[in-house]
Amino acid sequence: MEKSIKKYWPLFLLPTLAAFAIGFIFPFLWGIFLSFHKFTTISKTTFVGLDNFIKVFQDSTFTSAFWFTAKFTIVSTILINIIAFAIALALTRGLKGTNIFRTVFFLPNLIGGIVLGYIWQILLNGILTNLGKPLLALDATYGFWGLIILMCWQQIGYMMIIYIAGLQNVPGDLLEAAAIDGATGAQALFKVKLPMVMPSITICSFLTLTNSFKLFDQNLSLTAGEPAKASQMLALNIYDTFYQRSGAQWKGIGQAKAVVFFLLVIVIALIQLYFTRRKEVQQ
Amino acid sequence: MAKKYHDGAVSGTRRIADVALTVLLAVLCVFWMYPVILILINSLKDELAISTATVFEFPTAQTFAGLHNYVHGITQMNFLSSFGYSAIITISSVVLILLCCSMCGWYITRVTSAISKAMYLLCVFSMVVPFQMVMFTLSKTADTLKLNTPFNICVFYLGFGAGLAVFMFTGFMKSVPIAIEEAAMIDGCNPPQIFFKIVFPILKPTMISTAILETMWVWNDYLLPTLVLDIKKYRTIPMAIQYFRGSYGRVEMGPMMACIMITVLPIIIMYLICQKYIIDGVIAGAVKG
Repeated sequence: MEKSIKKYWPLFLLPTLAAFAIGFIFPFLWGIFLSFHKFTTISKTTFVGLDNFIKVFQDSTFTSAFWFTAKFTIVSTILINIIAFAIALALTRGLKGTNIFRTVFFLPNLIGGIVLGYIWQILLNGILTNLGKPLLALDATYGFWGLIILMCWQQIGYMMIIYIAGLQNVPGDLLEAAAIDGATGAQALFKVKLPMVMPSITICSFLTLTNSFKLFDQNLSLTAGEPAKASQMLALNIYDTFYQRSGAQWKGIGQAKAVVFFLLVIVIALIQLYFTRRKEVQQ
Repeated sequence: MAKKYHDGAVSGTRRIADVALTVLLAVLCVFWMYPVILILINSLKDELAISTATVFEFPTAQTFAGLHNYVHGITQMNFLSSFGYSAIITISSVVLILLCCSMCGWYITRVTSAISKAMYLLCVFSMVVPFQMVMFTLSKTADTLKLNTPFNICVFYLGFGAGLAVFMFTGFMKSVPIAIEEAAMIDGCNPPQIFFKIVFPILKPTMISTAILETMWVWNDYLLPTLVLDIKKYRTIPMAIQYFRGSYGRVEMGPMMACIMITVLPIIIMYLICQKYIIDGVIAGAVKG
């Protein structure tokens, strides 16, 4: 059977492979190529070696965007996962109205990043004005916390759904046995439930970590990097380098930034998977 | 649900804790809905009555503008054409992704060869690579190949959505016994017949989950269409909102908020109708991912 399917690979495999080649592989390899070149139009490129990469690290907007992104990623990952897990715990107790709560908490996830950003911009600017504080676009600290609130609002529902599914899969007899052995609520949570939902924690922390690190739409619409690029995250910084800056060198540097960004994402993903996978228990 | 192991001894303290928790969650829910409600309230106000200081006030008889902002916003933003473009792009992309990736996923699980393995690894890889890595070269590729209209941009969505979709389909295919397909082969079916008559119907639950995940992504995607499409000719909804906000000196807040509302409302309605499928889709995606 395998042999006869194999003959049909142009039908089954080729469409996806072709789209991959056009939309992903080719632009990816070309991007790596261009990161070593100086160019304004793609037809005229000059090889500059590692020059672009050196300039990336000399560019203060990139390093400040990196620290902003790093802080944002750590804070949002921790907050989202703790709150989402707490809500999931509350929603697996069989409370009245569980379904309504679940529906409401998940809702923001379906609204796109650009729209979300503007919704929160209006709300947060309203609050800040009434408190007599500067607007979001004038103070990077408020911009930072605005992004955190926005990200929590959007992502908690999604992660909550995954945690609920994980908690519902914890075998009831395991908890029963723990209760008979005299485990307190806290012990049952930390010694039984948490190890059993470790796969969900792996997934959720992976998703929140990469989503936060790669955040673009929300950053663009909520603060657009204001004031003076102080609330700019890496993805927006790269976009800005490509399309907002004039000068022959910037496109090459932008592409080099993108390569650095890509490597960072890979490293973070691998480290995270390594650490959380180790903690998973066999079921 | 999880309550069953407690049923024997539901104590008084637990009941009080449950009530307190329900109240807390209800309050939290109100906060969760509030941003959308705030936009709704303000979208009904007169343009002159909207400012950052008065954003929390309800419209009064003088400041109530009815649906004026909505009419104004829809015409100014050309909302209907944006909605159309978004719909065309989303439907064509999702259909293409489902068809091509289900075939690809089936082939990968049923044929063990170097190509299958390479394809699988490629899918995993493509899910990690950030879009910024390819955005510049991709927009150039799109211009060169003339893949820059709403009618053929789905090729790129296939390229980017394939990772998740192939992952979902292979994950499901692994649990489907090969015996039925072998029986069909003995009965004289060729591989395309086996796939479309036997495997395709079996894949239906995964199709729905994948369709939902990909729809959520394509419908809300901003950067890819912005870079690939000509913004003067074609604007998807996220592009239109961003353009509306970003291009004028003084933004007209009323129509802007009306536009946000008409963008959000269809999503909420869709969600309430097929909530079960959406939540199942999210869970399936997480388990496979």
